[in-house]
Amino acid sequence: MLNLNIDGKDVAVASGTTVLEALRLAGLEVPTLCHDERLKPFGACRLCIVEIAGMPKPVTSCTTPATDGMVVKTNSERLYRLRKTTVELLLSDHPNDCMVCGSSGDCTLQELAYLYGIRENRFLGEVREHSRTDHNPFIIRDQNKCVMCGLCVRVCDEVQGVGAIGFSERGFEAKVIPPFGHDLDCEFCGQCVSVCPTGALAGSLWAGKPRSGGVVKTDTTCTYCGCGCNITLSSHGDKVIRIDSVADNHNRGWLCVKGRFGYEFINSNERLTTPLIRKKKGGEFEKATWDEALSFVAEKLSAIKEKHGADSVAGLCSARCTNEENYLFQKLFRVGFGTNNIDHCARY
Amino acid sequence: MAGLAAKFGSGAMTNSVAEIADNDALFVIGSNTTENHPIIALRMKEAVAKGAKLIVADPRKIPLVKYATLWLRHKPGTDSVLLNSIMKAILAEGLEDKTFINEQTQGYEEFVQSLDPFTPEYAEEMTGVPAKDIIEAARIFAAAENAGIYYAMGITQHVMGTNNVLAVGNLAMLTGNLGKRACGVNPLRGQNNVQGACDMGGLPNVYPGYQKVDVPAVQEKFEKAWGVPLSGKIGMPATVMTGAMLEGSLKGMYIFGENPAMSDPNTTHSVKAFESLEFLVVQDIFMTETAQLADVVLPGASFAEKEGTFTSSERRIQRVRKAINSPGQARSDLAIIDQLYKRITGQGDLEIAADPVAIFDEIAGLWAGVAGMSYGRLEKNSLQWPCLTEDHPGTEYLFKDGFNTESGKAIFSQVPYVASKELPDKEYPFVLTTGRQLFHYHTGTMTRRSSGLNKVAPEPFVEVNPADAKILGVNNGEKLTVTSRRGQIKLKAKVSKIVPPNVVFIPFHYSEAAANLLTNDAMDPVCKIMEAKVCAVKIEKR
Repeated sequence: MLNLNIDGKDVAVASGTTVLEALRLAGLEVPTLCHDERLKPFGACRLCIVEIAGMPKPVTSCTTPATDGMVVKTNSERLYRLRKTTVELLLSDHPNDCMVCGSSGDCTLQELAYLYGIRENRFLGEVREHSRTDHNPFIIRDQNKCVMCGLCVRVCDEVQGVGAIGFSERGFEAKVIPPFGHDLDCEFCGQCVSVCPTGALAGSLWAGKPRSGGVVKTDTTCTYCGCGCNITLSSHGDKVIRIDSVADNHNRGWLCVKGRFGYEFINSNERLTTPLIRKKKGGEFEKATWDEALSFVAEKLSAIKEKHGADSVAGLCSARCTNEENYLFQKLFRVGFGTNNIDHCARY
Repeated sequence: MAGLAAKFGSGAMTNSVAEIADNDALFVIGSNTTENHPIIALRMKEAVAKGAKLIVADPRKIPLVKYATLWLRHKPGTDSVLLNSIMKAILAEGLEDKTFINEQTQGYEEFVQSLDPFTPEYAEEMTGVPAKDIIEAARIFAAAENAGIYYAMGITQHVMGTNNVLAVGNLAMLTGNLGKRACGVNPLRGQNNVQGACDMGGLPNVYPGYQKVDVPAVQEKFEKAWGVPLSGKIGMPATVMTGAMLEGSLKGMYIFGENPAMSDPNTTHSVKAFESLEFLVVQDIFMTETAQLADVVLPGASFAEKEGTFTSSERRIQRVRKAINSPGQARSDLAIIDQLYKRITGQGDLEIAADPVAIFDEIAGLWAGVAGMSYGRLEKNSLQWPCLTEDHPGTEYLFKDGFNTESGKAIFSQVPYVASKELPDKEYPFVLTTGRQLFHYHTGTMTRRSSGLNKVAPEPFVEVNPADAKILGVNNGEKLTVTSRRGQIKLKAKVSKIVPPNVVFIPFHYSEAAANLLTNDAMDPVCKIMEAKVCAVKIEKR
């Protein structure tokens, strides 16, 4: 174990721990824009700087390995001034349009500007003007809002293993683009959208939807494959308007294109909204009340059982529905009809 | 699942998804993981990034091949030959785990003998995989400290599907990759709650918790719990129901949340069967292909509109929570089933709504595997079964303390070569294999109603190797007619090296060119699974 002193607190950490991880273990926090625990340290944003006794200048805590006996300061007037200046520089060519930005309220840069009370900017000058439009149905890119933290590039490479985007150009002209500046053509998992700390990347599906007022968040489980990813549904009234996943679950916040963007079916206007009965074979469906439909089903199935025996009826339960529903369904057939004719599509 | 249950006494993923990252070697066979289980695939990529060796066995050049140390491109339907030959090569090099075999298995001698014909050279001829690659695969897999096997429908949807699963199990046993972290035999379940539907007794031979309906003591237990006499006769599997409907012995059906009129192999046949029913009730959220055949359609709720639990592929039970109200008069499926239960059995009060918490507690009282779980515990954390008591933490991997068989040992199986039912011939010269693609899900009921997904994957296609395309004189995007002995569909050609020559692939999401009109309903004799992965077709340009 390595013993450190951070802001006067003694903390013991395993070898291989970074100073950022150590200070978080000590219950302290420093601002970051480019760090994500699930990715390798990158050291781009310079906001996590700390002062370490014996080192001449502040260093980025995310990329500095902890060593035994280290004495660290996470807060000082100098660090505050440096961090505030860094945020000011980032804001100097950032569109000042939080009022119409879909990420307002969910933006680390906005939060930092608020924290440091930055309204006037000393560094106003040339502003980047990217004018590209994307033609994919899932991801909106607003490169003017990019802070070059590299999270999107890294998640695409390190986690998704796809590498659909990379850095291009240098200095003020630097930007993140797909190869040769072509349109994005990838798996559309949206991992990049989920890690973007600003409004540079956003989901097309939630553009223009309510940002916070009246939005209710519900933690639940994805309905697609057997991975069982944890998801958070954002809903407004009876409409699902967005899906996210928090980072500290068993799927680590990662989702696929279906889980993240495939939810429109929920509010589809093709949903069945009323029971339907076909009175005679080959006839048309007619709308019915629940009482009519349920009585009709109970009578018909019971009559078939009475006439032809228990094994003349069968049920297919659902690999899509809940345990409780499946349990009650098999119980209905076993108890109500006295048959074991129950199966589902496990074989497909 | 029957295959694994026979060998180990339990049929589910033996290990957990998070452990995949710690595998030293991975063997993925019959699973297009990046497209069908994208988040599980992330762990596989993580393992490779950490230095694990990945062996992919698949006739198609699936995206996972890009990350593989070794790719075995075997002919569709030859999985068990490939697996047997890898095991033969492991034995030839003396790489088997002798301690594990001696202490924890039975049936070894007969098993070793049964491998006799499966030399790498024989396998090369049968599977098309070079003998040296088979030996290489054997070395990689057997040399690894922790090696996991991952498979899906590419292994099971064959007439010899059970055999394939048995062979997969044999490989894990031979190399001692069971009962510890980061290894095991791991069937990846294709649907959000297919594990749960099985666990809950949604099967013709078992009550909840895999308790057999034809064991008198079990039957008595459930008769006591449910207060009525029960049938000890094993029911019909879905695939057998089709025949029973046509023959007239099965007259009434209730289907909820499934679309067999689109997902069944040889769909024409099963549609005819559903049409011959005296009475069909379908409960769904959309007017599916199956609902269109019904006498009564009941509008259910989507996952966003209900309270309950799902069980993921890794035996993890998780809460599903209600976020919004259902449209119109649609109701939660639990409420609908509860109403029918009360009306049909005459028990219970129609005015009192069904309570998922009470039902979960009832399940926990009947199945020891989840006896320690409750909504109270699940509210905070999901749990993996078995979870026996209230302070049990759940189970990350199975068989730490032996197997659930009578002897407590895992049982080696003998797996002879069985050919696919329908192989290509002069008239139908191509092998058709089917599957899913990343942007759609199963019969497309949900994904084809999600605009973005439908925009990036708008239409059906058939993958054809460039060499075959040249012979057929077809260019990318041109219309082809694909015909099998059971049906015919028209769709666009996607000329691609993803498929080998003489093999074509069609995703089964698209009702306008439903792949399952072509597939074969020949069945595995044990599991009654249909052979959706191999059938013979002809292709014409018109």
